[in-house]
Amino acid sequence: MSIEHIKNNQSKSILSQITEISGKIGAEISIMEVCGTHTVSIARHGIRSLIPPNIRLVSGPGCPVCVTSQGAIDAMIKIAEMPDCRVVTFGDMMRVPGTDGGSLMDRKGRGAKVNIVYSPMDALYIAQKYQDDLIVFLAVGFETTAPLIASVIKRASKEGVKNFTVFPAMKLIMPAIFSLLSQKDVMIDGLICPGHVSSVIGADVYEPVCSQFNAPCVIAGFDAHDILGAIRAILMQLLKIKENYNNNCYNDRYNDCHNREISTAKGKRTEVARVENLYRAVVDSHGNKRALSMIKEVFEHRDSVWRGLGIIEKSGLFLRDEYMDFCAISRLKIDVDEGCEHSMCRCKDILTGRISPPDCPLFKRACTPLNPFGPCMVSNEGACHAYYNYA
Amino acid sequence: MPTTITLDHGSGGLYTHNLIKGIIVRHLTNPLLDPLEDSALLKIGHYRSIAFTTDSYVVDPIFFSGGDIGSLSVNGTINDLAMKGAWPIALSCSFILEEGLGLTDFEKVVLSIKNACETANVMVATGDTKVVPRGKCDRLFITTSGVGLVKEGIDIGISNIRDGDMIIVSGEIGSHGITILTEREGMDIKSPSIKSDTCALHRLVSALIDDIGDGLHALKDPTRGGLCTALWEASDTTGYLMDIFEEKIPINNDVRGASYILGIDPLYLANEGKLIAWIDPLYAERAIAIMKAFDCAKDAAVIGEVKGRVIDDNAPSVILHTAIGGKRRLHPLKGMPLPRIC
Repeated sequence: MSIEHIKNNQSKSILSQITEISGKIGAEISIMEVCGTHTVSIARHGIRSLIPPNIRLVSGPGCPVCVTSQGAIDAMIKIAEMPDCRVVTFGDMMRVPGTDGGSLMDRKGRGAKVNIVYSPMDALYIAQKYQDDLIVFLAVGFETTAPLIASVIKRASKEGVKNFTVFPAMKLIMPAIFSLLSQKDVMIDGLICPGHVSSVIGADVYEPVCSQFNAPCVIAGFDAHDILGAIRAILMQLLKIKENYNNNCYNDRYNDCHNREISTAKGKRTEVARVENLYRAVVDSHGNKRALSMIKEVFEHRDSVWRGLGIIEKSGLFLRDEYMDFCAISRLKIDVDEGCEHSMCRCKDILTGRISPPDCPLFKRACTPLNPFGPCMVSNEGACHAYYNYA
Repeated sequence: MPTTITLDHGSGGLYTHNLIKGIIVRHLTNPLLDPLEDSALLKIGHYRSIAFTTDSYVVDPIFFSGGDIGSLSVNGTINDLAMKGAWPIALSCSFILEEGLGLTDFEKVVLSIKNACETANVMVATGDTKVVPRGKCDRLFITTSGVGLVKEGIDIGISNIRDGDMIIVSGEIGSHGITILTEREGMDIKSPSIKSDTCALHRLVSALIDDIGDGLHALKDPTRGGLCTALWEASDTTGYLMDIFEEKIPINNDVRGASYILGIDPLYLANEGKLIAWIDPLYAERAIAIMKAFDCAKDAAVIGEVKGRVIDDNAPSVILHTAIGGKRRLHPLKGMPLPRIC
């Protein structure tokens, strides 16, 4: 019997445990998978079709393309139209529509210089190949991608590459999680925390999430078995919390319980949410010090606009002054005009878990992968794309 | 919707589908073209038909692990004929060459065409060459057409698919697509399994026809757009639901790993030496045994079955049962498979 088979059989037994525990909890339980790769995996394995109906899996803000603001997208498309510029990007960004409906893919069709790369380092090779063009690398991503981009910028600086710049649109996941859980109408009972990002930032950073919101945080890998294991772990914690609370708690979600503001001073809380790391092969408690210091050396934290979440304090990575020559926005004196999201598109509510993609009036009707209105339908990791493709 | 041609239109996915139906078939419509199968059948008298097909090859890089643009152009056209049960008689071969292409490289491609033809026992009967200025094409494009003979009484086609048919795939999928993607991107993955599966399938098809005859209902080669798009198109044409089991789909582990790294689903990767067969359930076991005797089909497997009419909205339906027992719908490829960020 292969490892795959063993894992599949284990998955089936975890599923029956999930059914059992969720039955004991009874009430509706919302679990957010923060990371887009988890969103895809949940959809690919048909996990929603297997878990009990009272568990709601909500996609979080961890799809980097999806949370990039419309203003930034429009600015990127504008740069592609500049005759002296060559835009270098990860593939996911190609079909995201600008406010005018056109994308980088269309601009490329009409002659704009756009290259797709798999790794930020390739952008530097492209800069060496096209010395007459100003290379603008669209730096989109979270803590996993940022250290790579930082190292490329450092290398460009060391080698004196003059025609290489990045469009800084990188984001930090923790400020987004806090911003999201602090919103009164967002009801999340537990979090499946990202595997890759956590390998950089470490498991300990989720402690405040647990203590502030009493939401279990479970770090997991990406196959079906890992994700089901995380759901089981969250449910087990919630069940214990429930058993230790008074039993009315779960029937009265909108009041004190949901806001997780039950104070320990009252002496009621004998069981609290905690961080569980089920991805120890890759993630430790402190994170990757080298990657973190690389980010710190090249970037500084500034307020950043997220699609759906608005401005979040100190949630964006921008270039430090000493690397400002590599900032496309400052080199090209680009104006990033925020606040032009498509009025009908509900990516905003999907990214905050308020609605599921099928609840959006555009979903599958006006908005399809062939004619996407918002990035959640474009990115491989977007919730709408995953629902459309796999549901 | 795009107003110009983008690379998405060349993906073999929905964009291509819409381009072909929306512009080409709309204007050129006729009974030979409209079925849009791998080749058209021209009736000769009452009983016999000739299969006729054409295909262009613009692959980059032109030399890749497991083959090159030359062998690909021969095998691909033979396979388009074979999918209608035809035995190839002759090919045409037309070259568009870019100024600056090395003569040694050109000769290497022609020698590869020679080898592929000899292996398949087919001749290039006619051809053409054109040269365009530097930058007007990418080194070398080839268009091959082919004619083949269909034996009397043989009728293989997507419209013959029946409820209850077993769906067989002739071997591990995705290897051609992943080879081209990784080599184009300069990703150096050292694995003996990551090489193109390009090969001619007419002997395999002929053996199936000789042995199970009418039990073989339809064939399709899952090239651009991969297994998933091919199944979706079959559902679109027939109105039948294709029910597929993830665990049964043969995929090489290295191909699976490389796809995972790139964020691309192997079900959408191109194949150049594989076929999907819809077979009467009584003959399925026999068909697998015949296939396994061929080196190019030694991993053949039943991956699912045709299960009644499509359910909702008359939309084409391919349902995948995941390895852990979940269910999801498969959709066709839309545009180019684009790698993800993290």
